[in-house]
Amino acid sequence: MAAAAVDAQMPEQQRRWHNIRKVLERSGPFCHPDFEPSSEILDFLMDSCKILVVGAGGLGCELLKDLALMGFKKIHIVDMDTIELSNLNRQFLFRKSDIGLSKAKCAVEFVNKRVPGCEAVAHHCAIQDLDEGFYRQFHIIVCGLDSIVARRWLNGMLMTLLQYNDDRSLDQSSVIPLVDGGTEGFKGNARVILPGMSACIECTLDLYPPQKTFPLCTIANTPRLPEHCIEYVKVIQWPKENPWGNATPLDGDDPQHVAWVFEKAQERATKHGITSVTYRLTQGVLKNIIPAVASTNAAIAATCATEVFKLASSCCTNMNNYMVLNMADGVYTYTFSAEKKPDCVACSNTTRILEVEADAVLMDIYEKLKEDQAYLMKNPGITTVINGRNKTLYMPSIKSIEERTRDNLKKKITELGLYNGAEILVADVTTPNTIAIKLKFSDNVDVEMSR
Amino acid sequence: MASPCPKSPEQSEKNKQYDRQLRLWGDHGQAALENGHICLINATALGTEILKSIVLPGVGAVTIVDDNIVSDEDIGSNFFLESSSKNLNRGSESLRLILELNPAVQGYAVQEATDQILQENPDFFKNFSVVIASSLGEKTIQSLSHHLWEINVPLIFCRSVGFLGSFRIQIKEHPIIESHPDNEQYDLRLDVPFHTLFDYLNSFDIDELDLKDHGHIPWIVILYKAVQKWQISNSNSWPMSRKEKNEIKEIIQQFKRVDDNGMPIYEENFEEALRAVNTSLTPTFLPVKIQELIYNSSAINLTKESSPFWIMCSALRAFVEAEGKGKLPVRGVLPDMTASTDHYVTLQNIYRNQAALDAELVYRKVQEIVAQLHCDNITETEVKLFCRHAHDLHLIKGSCITSEYQFSNTVSSYIARYLEEPDVMMVHYILLRAAEMFRSEHCRAPGEWEPESDIAKLKTCVSKLLTDISCSPFPKDDHIHEMCRYGGAEIHSVSAFLGGCVAHEAIKIVTKQYKPVNNTFIYDGASTNTATFTF
Repeated sequence: MAAAAVDAQMPEQQRRWHNIRKVLERSGPFCHPDFEPSSEILDFLMDSCKILVVGAGGLGCELLKDLALMGFKKIHIVDMDTIELSNLNRQFLFRKSDIGLSKAKCAVEFVNKRVPGCEAVAHHCAIQDLDEGFYRQFHIIVCGLDSIVARRWLNGMLMTLLQYNDDRSLDQSSVIPLVDGGTEGFKGNARVILPGMSACIECTLDLYPPQKTFPLCTIANTPRLPEHCIEYVKVIQWPKENPWGNATPLDGDDPQHVAWVFEKAQERATKHGITSVTYRLTQGVLKNIIPAVASTNAAIAATCATEVFKLASSCCTNMNNYMVLNMADGVYTYTFSAEKKPDCVACSNTTRILEVEADAVLMDIYEKLKEDQAYLMKNPGITTVINGRNKTLYMPSIKSIEERTRDNLKKKITELGLYNGAEILVADVTTPNTIAIKLKFSDNVDVEMSR
Repeated sequence: MASPCPKSPEQSEKNKQYDRQLRLWGDHGQAALENGHICLINATALGTEILKSIVLPGVGAVTIVDDNIVSDEDIGSNFFLESSSKNLNRGSESLRLILELNPAVQGYAVQEATDQILQENPDFFKNFSVVIASSLGEKTIQSLSHHLWEINVPLIFCRSVGFLGSFRIQIKEHPIIESHPDNEQYDLRLDVPFHTLFDYLNSFDIDELDLKDHGHIPWIVILYKAVQKWQISNSNSWPMSRKEKNEIKEIIQQFKRVDDNGMPIYEENFEEALRAVNTSLTPTFLPVKIQELIYNSSAINLTKESSPFWIMCSALRAFVEAEGKGKLPVRGVLPDMTASTDHYVTLQNIYRNQAALDAELVYRKVQEIVAQLHCDNITETEVKLFCRHAHDLHLIKGSCITSEYQFSNTVSSYIARYLEEPDVMMVHYILLRAAEMFRSEHCRAPGEWEPESDIAKLKTCVSKLLTDISCSPFPKDDHIHEMCRYGGAEIHSVSAFLGGCVAHEAIKIVTKQYKPVNNTFIYDGASTNTATFTF
């Protein structure tokens, strides 16, 4: 065939990338306006463009493979986890003999071997262990995490890297695009975030489904579902009976622990006439297991990889900016433009304001930071500056300080030296930065009158 | 050290490995998958991406049919080839690397051309659960789809060109018992309570209960009592309109206890009852979809060859016409609701027991039919599952791919309708077909060597197709340009997306759970857009 004759004149390396070179070296009617086809684009992808993949799990394995076959060579991947048997139904770079090893290292080793020229680098650590300097080196970051908190932290980190010009406009060269994917069972989503420019993770917190919890009174007094019985054993019976001694915490990965909970939950269920407590359900409730399958991960990771390729090459316009995928009934996708929140805690670069009653206690602020849709924090630590000195109001994450500051929660905020317009500084696992928030008393009039 | 846990129901290795997916399709879905045998024609990047997501969850076996030799381009886009694979058979090489993913899966490679197999050994295909094909020429796809339609083996035909992709599922008839709908309707029978439910609901006197019990009555009881009270002044009719439902809400409000200041006391179960007024007062009826199924000729004219699905549909019809009094068997599932353990468990058992009784009746009818027809036995478990999901049964009736190539009247007018809208995704379908026609005429992909010179030629192919379906030419050539830009390139991430989707659909077909695409899916990675068409 004539095509073979043309091919034969090309060196092997060029023939290997023949497929993607067509879309990089030829222009088309739907290209990004900035796109100028040339062979230099592939050189850039291969030699200069640095990509960080966050997470080496179901999505991470797919992403690493996809990116390596899209021409990227300088790929870093970070994951603190080690390989488990239950990963092998989808995390295809790992084998049984790899169980217990670092996910990031195994994934990198495999892909570098399979795709000649690929120079992927592994980081077997938590994302919080890496600093601004580390994150700043990348052109694009792709994220395949199962934790919302980690996503929010990373989002916050990219906001930290933003720089503003003297006229308060955003310095676009400081923007590192974030492509984020997530899956749950047969559903998933993929999105493109331009930090400071388009909707970020914090702008769209309400898109995450609320966590399923069972009220304590139900599990203690009126259990109806097998899940209620399992929760009861986990929350009440385990600490009370302390079955392994020494206040050993319940470990959902320890089959002995799971079996103990399973048996006790079955006992409780039988006593109340409740059926269907199974070992699988017990494990699911204890570890909050999210179902996962190879196919959904493949589709979402591929969507993310396509967007990285577009960002790096400008060969097409990017999705704008959020795609949902549902593969339970047929295969359905929907792409929409998530809106940037003008007062977003993470990306708005404006002063945050928290409205509180003038006679509120510190606990009210603490609860608001946890429950308000704009914050949804986990264990916010609250400090303030009074007369030029830092004062810790409440710090839940460090045991000794927690004990020392616990009583403040019941005190009126005015007693603690806070006033209308005062600034509190809040730290939380959901963000790498301390967030400054101005207090605004909602019933100011009363304050005046009471004085 | 002595463990506080003497008997540990240790899970099997296999259960641990597949845990995350067993939560989606259950042990019986997994067993069906492990009995499946998938045939892949052509180990392209798209082909191996599909197999990857079928082998990982543990399909029984895979067979790759491929007579191509591995090229540098193959290695560049296909993860399941390595540098040393060059010049070897593509099917055997990718099979070797794919089987590493899961030692439980059997694998075979056949180094023959599809056309040759179709001519010399057409029976080769008859034992596969699904045949998946990519990169086939116009002629081969027609003879393959015709043959698989005749022998009743499902086929998924897929394409990946540049940022575009598609797959088409060809399956004669695909019944789904477990369709796993996102929002399952309750089956509470408040309008027609069966005997035990009737007795239970009437055993309550809301006004007599002390406050603690009052807060523990299941909302089902509250709703029933409210309707009863409403019916006294409404000649025993059933509340249907919004106005009538608001009257029910009023009555529920009156049921609430009040505190010393006359303010209603907040009780979660009463709030739940108020919310349920809009969703749970729908009268019990036989859904049209299910009616069509049980009166389908396949369920009426049974033969020895009838599938278990149709036999069960027939038994279900007999139940509906007799004991069911026009209604399906009780589903037997009670949603969670605020209630004391006693009330909840009692009510749950009332529904469950009735469901078991109804399923038992259906099972007896199945046994009678099986005895009459002398066909294979159907287990009680199967019948129970069938009855549990009787409200959500789903049947897909497919069409043969050749009808698209022959442009039957239905196909032509269907395409024309979408092109007039105009639907850009249908334009993509035409372009994929035109590129295929180009290849069979010119022995290469449009733009494979040089994009500009092929634009006119591809435009001729598009015109031919549009003439065949009596459509006017496209006003602009931009999509033709774009297709020539692609030059037949297979982009890995586009194939990886489609690979995930196609594997997923194959698993749905093999496990007979969840609804597959009916029947054509188009993907445009450039605009991140997808569409489903039914040819």
